[in-house]
Amino acid sequence: METNGGGGGSAADVSRILSELETLKTAKNDIECRISALEAQLRDLTTTTTKKDIEDKNDTVSNGSCPLISAVHSNINHDLSPDSVYRYSRHLLLPSFGVQGQSNLVKSSILVIGAGGLGSPALLYLAACGVGRLGIVDHDVVELNNMHRQVIHTEAYIGQPKVKSAAATCRSINSTIQIVEYQEALRTSNALEILSRYDVVVDATDNAPSRYMISDCCVVLGKPLVSGAALGLEGQLAVYNYNGGPCYRCLFPTPPPTSACQRCSDSGVLGVVPGIIGCLQALEAIKIAGAVGEPLSGRMLLFDALSARIRIVKIRGRSSQCEVCGENSAFTQQQFKNFDYEKFTQAPLSTLPVKLNLLPEDSRISSKEYKEKIDNGESHVLVDVRPAHHFKIVSLPNSINIPLASLEVGLPEISKALKEEDNSGSGASLYVVCRRGNDSQRAVQCLQKMGFDSAKDIIGGLESWGHDVDPNFPTY
Amino acid sequence: MDVTNIEIKTKNAECKPAENKGSSVQIKVLFFSRARDLTGLTELPLELSSGSTTQDCLNKLVARFPSLEEILGSMVLALNEEYTNESVIVQDKDELALIPPISGG
Repeated sequence: METNGGGGGSAADVSRILSELETLKTAKNDIECRISALEAQLRDLTTTTTKKDIEDKNDTVSNGSCPLISAVHSNINHDLSPDSVYRYSRHLLLPSFGVQGQSNLVKSSILVIGAGGLGSPALLYLAACGVGRLGIVDHDVVELNNMHRQVIHTEAYIGQPKVKSAAATCRSINSTIQIVEYQEALRTSNALEILSRYDVVVDATDNAPSRYMISDCCVVLGKPLVSGAALGLEGQLAVYNYNGGPCYRCLFPTPPPTSACQRCSDSGVLGVVPGIIGCLQALEAIKIAGAVGEPLSGRMLLFDALSARIRIVKIRGRSSQCEVCGENSAFTQQQFKNFDYEKFTQAPLSTLPVKLNLLPEDSRISSKEYKEKIDNGESHVLVDVRPAHHFKIVSLPNSINIPLASLEVGLPEISKALKEEDNSGSGASLYVVCRRGNDSQRAVQCLQKMGFDSAKDIIGGLESWGHDVDPNFPTY
Repeated sequence: MDVTNIEIKTKNAECKPAENKGSSVQIKVLFFSRARDLTGLTELPLELSSGSTTQDCLNKLVARFPSLEEILGSMVLALNEEYTNESVIVQDKDELALIPPISGG
């Protein structure tokens, strides 16, 4: 048999290697099956045997190399199973957490609202650490543009409910805990019922009305709330309504105006930033559920990714004037049910982008109509009013970028472009486009006021171009 | 970002000749989340006459950055990393932080 043979017999070698690989794989598979069957058999035996039997077995099997077994041998005065002792051994070895902390955790229940950027890491750690019952609320589906930060989901789950995906991952990490799926949006109609079943609530949502609703619900039900938020390169973390501490409303009695509420889908977010805040949320929830340490109550943690700074600011205590948790507040469960959080915050509970309708029909054209105009060679100018860093991601050919914020400064540029395009002498058309078709309408309103009467916007923006005209056009 | 640097520099230049030491204090203002977007700054040295309150600081900031008005009603105000209210008198070298809530996730 040739060893390092040059050219000859390579086909025969390949076939020989393949056949040997096949044999080995089959053997490996048989061995794994036998291991798994024996392990199952052993589990059955240990769970059905009495404590005395285990002790006897330990005497024969163990040679003292495993400290857990000597603990069993001496005494068990907690209700962690032998498997749990082994699984959580690194927790049990922590003097400040130990058996008591783990026993508390195993008996506790934690609800995570939102299985997105914050919820992903929070859920991973809460499942891994052995919380007895873990609830997950989310109504959304997994999308490709979630993957860079929502690390609990895998590509295989794109298009499927986040709750289903998150629950599957949690179960694969820890099959011994109970996982409850709530594949629905949290609303005043279901919040009381869902939250009341848990000891600790983790707010991992992405919008202002949900934050107020969850905080109020926690006050009404007397539940501690671990609240985290992340946007861009910053994160915030605080524990509310804990042991007489303030609630979210004590700090922010007036919701910020809509213009100040930004979403990750508009402003962007560096994936690891919610990852860090979500991990810290898991930590605070574990501390509360395990009854160890000092929760971040009455304090707020501010995380600044760019400058690598974490600041902890002492925040006010419970406000006696607070409309929900204050001394004279009579905020009841019934009032909670009737409270309109979307109206209060002037923002939608869902993260669906708003669709404005500011212009008359004759000031608008569809993306398909615009395509026809290009194909017909109509002389025109296309102004893209998105911010410059959006324009850099993708843009339509021959469009000029004049961000909405600097539209007035850009008017001469538009006039100049229109003159240059005017081949026929009958005037070039002016079209305006943006990402989704809201800013383009604002821009057209502004342009028409400035004398560009014929300005029209492209309905639905680049999103509709990608949807209706060019499916290969990148969306973001 | 360039704008940010220029702003800090000019402000530094403005603040350095604090001639009447007794009659003025210089504090550092820290901007977070939305306050950063609106001002384009992460921090800003601010000179005030001594005896000024945190409210005076806010007034001065809004005069300089009118768009800050939108978040005044909804933010945590912290002086030297502790919750404060508008009537507290600021001291030299104090740090005043404007912390609007983030709601993203």
